[in-house]
Amino acid sequence: MNIIVCIKQVPGTNKVEVDPVTGVLKREKVDSKMNPYDLYALETALRLKEAHGGVVKVISMGPPQAKEVLKEAFSMGADDGVLISDRAFGGSDVLSTSYTLSQGIKKLDGFDLILCGKQTTDGDTAQVGPELSEFLKIPSVSNVTKLIEVTNENITVEMDMQNTVEIAKINFPCLLCVDKDIFQPRLPSYLKKMATKNKEIRVLSLNDFEDKNTDNYGLNGSPTQVQRIFPPESNGDHELWAGDGKSVTTKLYDKIKELKFV
Amino acid sequence: MAYKTFDETDFKNIMAIINDSARVLYKDKINAEYSHDELGGTHSVPDIVVKALCTDEVSKVMEYAYKSNIPVTPRGSGTGLVGACVPIEKGITLDLSLMNKFLELDEDNLTVTVEPGVLLMDLAKYVEEHDFFYPPDPGEKTATIGGNISTNAGGMRAVKYGVTRDYVRALEVVLPSGHVVNLGGKVVKNSSGYAMKDLMVGSEGTLGVITKATLKLLPLPKKTISLLIPFSTFDKAIETVPLIIKSKAIPTAVEFMQREVIMDAEDYLGSNFPDNQSDAYLLLKFDGNSKEEIEDDYEKVAKICLEQGAKDILISDTEERDEAIWKTRGAFLEAIKSSTSDMDEVDVVVPRNKVNEMVTFSHTLKDTVGTRIKSFGHAGDGNLHIYVLKDNLTDDDWSKKLHDAMNEMYGKAKSLGGSVSGEHGIGYAKKEYLKNSLDPAVIEIMRGIKAAFDPKNILNPRKIF
Repeated sequence: MNIIVCIKQVPGTNKVEVDPVTGVLKREKVDSKMNPYDLYALETALRLKEAHGGVVKVISMGPPQAKEVLKEAFSMGADDGVLISDRAFGGSDVLSTSYTLSQGIKKLDGFDLILCGKQTTDGDTAQVGPELSEFLKIPSVSNVTKLIEVTNENITVEMDMQNTVEIAKINFPCLLCVDKDIFQPRLPSYLKKMATKNKEIRVLSLNDFEDKNTDNYGLNGSPTQVQRIFPPESNGDHELWAGDGKSVTTKLYDKIKELKFV
Repeated sequence: MAYKTFDETDFKNIMAIINDSARVLYKDKINAEYSHDELGGTHSVPDIVVKALCTDEVSKVMEYAYKSNIPVTPRGSGTGLVGACVPIEKGITLDLSLMNKFLELDEDNLTVTVEPGVLLMDLAKYVEEHDFFYPPDPGEKTATIGGNISTNAGGMRAVKYGVTRDYVRALEVVLPSGHVVNLGGKVVKNSSGYAMKDLMVGSEGTLGVITKATLKLLPLPKKTISLLIPFSTFDKAIETVPLIIKSKAIPTAVEFMQREVIMDAEDYLGSNFPDNQSDAYLLLKFDGNSKEEIEDDYEKVAKICLEQGAKDILISDTEERDEAIWKTRGAFLEAIKSSTSDMDEVDVVVPRNKVNEMVTFSHTLKDTVGTRIKSFGHAGDGNLHIYVLKDNLTDDDWSKKLHDAMNEMYGKAKSLGGSVSGEHGIGYAKKEYLKNSLDPAVIEIMRGIKAAFDPKNILNPRKIF
């Protein structure tokens, strides 16, 4: 099976501060890491490869330093890595990002399956995966929590929707966005890290693409723009109950039920 | 010595001191939890529980108890494992968990001053928010700092940073008479008489009641990386530990763990450990100011481990990865506890180059004694936690086998130059073993110290010796 996994480099901590004046994320001095949701996509790919054979290729779009996350994917077991990088791609919104990724993927040697994390921890839109599948004209399923069956022609998965759990059978080639906890991601291996230290990473830029029109990329190709980023107001909502053990327990149960925890 | 039986008059007098009925539990208002600690092997219900809010209340209750000859047992979160907070002679249990205020963060002297009921997890969070670091890191994060000081708790970073005693700068202590004294100070050096503050640390609530503590802080290391190292056999894993120590690399933690305990923790937490290729692992943690600095640091250790037959070195360098590993590690005690009907523990400490010998010995003991025995621990500092499990044994059989196992293990530890407790203390449960392991002359000095502080023996009586 020929699998492509889309991964992104994000700030290494969720404690990134927002500058209250400019509304810009203070990224300096902050370590970066692979988007945690992408680890689940990569783990899913590696397990599929272990069970069914094939190749796992990781692809990322970002500045040159995003090579770090591709290297990290090598140390987890990915076979190959591609970085899509060009100044012209800077400032891309979700649509432009998806289009750019689709252009890059078209330059690779085909695929059976594309795996994406559910969302990123710095953008949180959960839109790039499905939009990418539209540009590639392949079917996609999001919120995948379980793989049920894999054949040569198709894959059957379980998806966790807001009110239902649905099972879908989907033909290759296709795209899946996997949810957190589909599998526990493995840790990077020191031995693999050493073995792939000098492994080459192919870089694709605008010149390599079929569509070289700069109007379709970066800020130019982005119909949406961020107006303002601001830290959310902290929410201290709480209820205080008094009563004996029995009445408070009943109340607590009703509340948990109302909130759909049970 | 005969104590006064706590009666209605005493209750009224205590109420007059505390003057808040919500903070005084009497007779059937006393919850069962006050009769035992976390491991629950020792049971006794106090006559009254007083939840103190300030030093003055502690002092007045102590003074009253001293005059009236009523025993007093201080208590934090009750997360101890040796029955130290169980009121063997009944009387007053002094619950200090409501004294949980942060009093001062002194950025000039790098200290924090807290009340004894502050929880370890809240302390760690508080100082880290201010870019400081309180290194002692016992697994039980809901323990109070007062409890940690009372047992001289160690925890997982002891290899590099030492134990609680190394971080206590000053204590405010209420003596058994009710008199309040200050020991130590915000000073880095101190050669002024006997080290009273250090004597108080680890005294398990037998010499005085800690009502305030000033703790030493360090600058917060900017980055940590953990290495999870799978070995093909347990022997290979544990034999590597002394070599790591000898290599002069200084990890903050060196823990060992085995598949079956990991599986217990997976069941207990309902989550998966990130690796399952091996039966035995070492878990190392390094800290420093950058990823590169730490990578240089662990390179040497990685090499040693691979030479000793490690299958790989797995790297945890993000919060999510650390959480998956350390959450499992943190749940070991509870997980083992939930896998059996009853258990008791051995918290021995041996010289670091003997740790493999001690662990191997405890493994062979399974067969000779005839119980399940599980272990994990701070291999890097020689402190092991070995658990003897009751499972389906009858009470009599269990009690006998447990006793045999304990005697064997404490005997072995002594022969290796070790001690009865690395960090959990002696309390009530391990008295016999401490007695067997120390020179009688030393126990006599301890008795003398106790009598100097507490001539009427009312503070946490019948503990330690």
